[in-house]
Amino acid sequence: MSNLEGSLSILKNSAIITYLLKGIAFTLILSALSVLLGILIGSILALVRNYCTSRRTKVFKLLAVIYIEVFRNTPLLLWIFICLVFCPSPTMFSHALFGLTSVETKLLFKAAVALILFTSSVIAEIIRGGLNAVPHGQFEAGHSQGFSTVQIMRYIILPQAFKSVVPTLLSQVITTVKDSSYLANLATIELMSRVKTLLSSANRYNGTGTINVSDVFVLFGVAAVIYFVINFSLSLVVRRLQKGRKLVPETR
Amino acid sequence: MSEIFSASDWEKVWQYRSTFLLGLGNTLKTAIFGVLLAFLLGILLGLMATSSKKLLRAISRVYVEVIQNTPLLLQMCFLYYALAFSNHSLNIIITGIIALGIYHGAYMAEVIRAGIESISKGQFEAAESQGFGYIGKMYYIILPQSIKIILPPMVNQIVNLIKNTSCLYIVGGADLISLTYSFVTGASTGGAYAPAYLLSGVLFFIICFPLSTIASKWENALKKRERDTIGANKKGKVNVA
Repeated sequence: MSNLEGSLSILKNSAIITYLLKGIAFTLILSALSVLLGILIGSILALVRNYCTSRRTKVFKLLAVIYIEVFRNTPLLLWIFICLVFCPSPTMFSHALFGLTSVETKLLFKAAVALILFTSSVIAEIIRGGLNAVPHGQFEAGHSQGFSTVQIMRYIILPQAFKSVVPTLLSQVITTVKDSSYLANLATIELMSRVKTLLSSANRYNGTGTINVSDVFVLFGVAAVIYFVINFSLSLVVRRLQKGRKLVPETR
Repeated sequence: MSEIFSASDWEKVWQYRSTFLLGLGNTLKTAIFGVLLAFLLGILLGLMATSSKKLLRAISRVYVEVIQNTPLLLQMCFLYYALAFSNHSLNIIITGIIALGIYHGAYMAEVIRAGIESISKGQFEAAESQGFGYIGKMYYIILPQSIKIILPPMVNQIVNLIKNTSCLYIVGGADLISLTYSFVTGASTGGAYAPAYLLSGVLFFIICFPLSTIASKWENALKKRERDTIGANKKGKVNVA
C-alpha cells in the first residue's frame, strides 16, 4: 500500500505535472500539424493519382502511386529512423526552442517530417475515396456550364469530396495522436516518452527508493486516461457527424 | 544519400544478412501469432457486441473503446514494465504477440460487428424459425454471408499489425526494425544506413503490398456491386410506380 501511496505522490509534484502537460501540448500540436499538412499534401497526391491520366501527365500519377503505396506499406518507425539520418534540418530548428534542448528540437523537426510524410499517404487515400464517391455526372455538368477543369475541381468536386470524408479525416486525427507516441523511441518530447522517462526515474520521486509495479500502473494509467480523453472525445464527434449524415438521405 | 551506391556498405549488409533474416523471422512469427490472437479476440468480442445480453455488449464496448483510444506503444510498455517490475518477465516476442493481439483484437471486433450488423434482421429470424441454435445460426447462416464484408478491412488490419510489430523496439525488441536499427548503430556494424533501411523497407513492402492491394481490390469490387444493386432496385421502383 505504501508503494501505491508513493507512486501517487509522484503526481503531486508540480514540476512533474508541468512536464507532463508540456508533453500533452507537444502531442496535440504535433498531431494537428501533421494532419493539416497531411491534408495539404494528401489532396495533391489524391488529385494527381486520380486525374493525371493523360499520356503527358501519366508520369506524375505513377510517382503519386509509388509514394502512397510505399508509405502505406512500411512502418512509421522506419521512416522516423530514415528521416533521423537523411532529413536535413534547417538552421531555424538547430538551436533550443520551445523549452527543448537544441538536440531535441532537431529531433522533433525530423520526426515531425516523418510523421507528416506518413500521414499524408494515408490521408491521400482517404481523400481519393471521397473523390471517387463524387458521381461522374458532376464533371459533365461542370463542363456543360463552361467551367474549366481547375474550376470544376475548386468549386464542384473538392468541396463535395472533402465534405464526405470529414468523419474519416477526424478518425485519422485519432490515429495520428496515437502514432505520435512513436516519437517516444527517440527523445523525451511528447506525452508517451515523458511518461516513460518518469518511470525510469520514479525511484527518485516516490519515496521508496525503488521502481515498483504500482509506479507502472499509476504513470501509464495517467497517460492512458489522457490519451483516452483526447481520442474518445474526438471519436464522439466522429460518431455525431456520421449519425447526422445517415439521416440526410432518409429525410429527402 | 550517396551511401546507397556504396559497395562496401552493401557488402556489410550482405555479410550480416543473418541479422536481417532473424529480424524478418521474428517479425513474421510475432505477426502470425498476433493475428491469430487478434482474430480469436475479435470473433469473441464481435459476437458479444451483437448479442442480446446487455452485459456482454457493455463489456465488448468498453474493451473496444479503451483499447482503440490509447496508443499501442502505451499498452506494450504497460504490459512489459508491469510484468518486468513484478518479476514475471516474459519473452519479448511473446509480450509483443499479446500486446498486438489485444490491440488489434479490438479492431477485429469492430470489423466483425459491422459485418454481422450488415446482415438483415430477417436472416436472423428465418434461422431461428428453422430451429437453429445460436451457434448453428451464426456458423451456417450469418457468418458465411458477412464474410465478404468482413474480409477487406480484416486484411487491412493484418497489414497494420505487421507494420506495428515495429512497436517492439521500445521495449528492446527483436523484430526487423529493431534489429535493423541496432545493426546501423552497432559498434562493429554501424554506418551502413541507406542499404540497411532500404533492405528492411523493401522486406516490409514485399509482405504488405500484396495484402493491401488484395484488400482494396475486394473492397472496390464490393462497393461496385453494392452500387449496381442499389441502382437496379431504384430502377425497379420507378417501373413499378
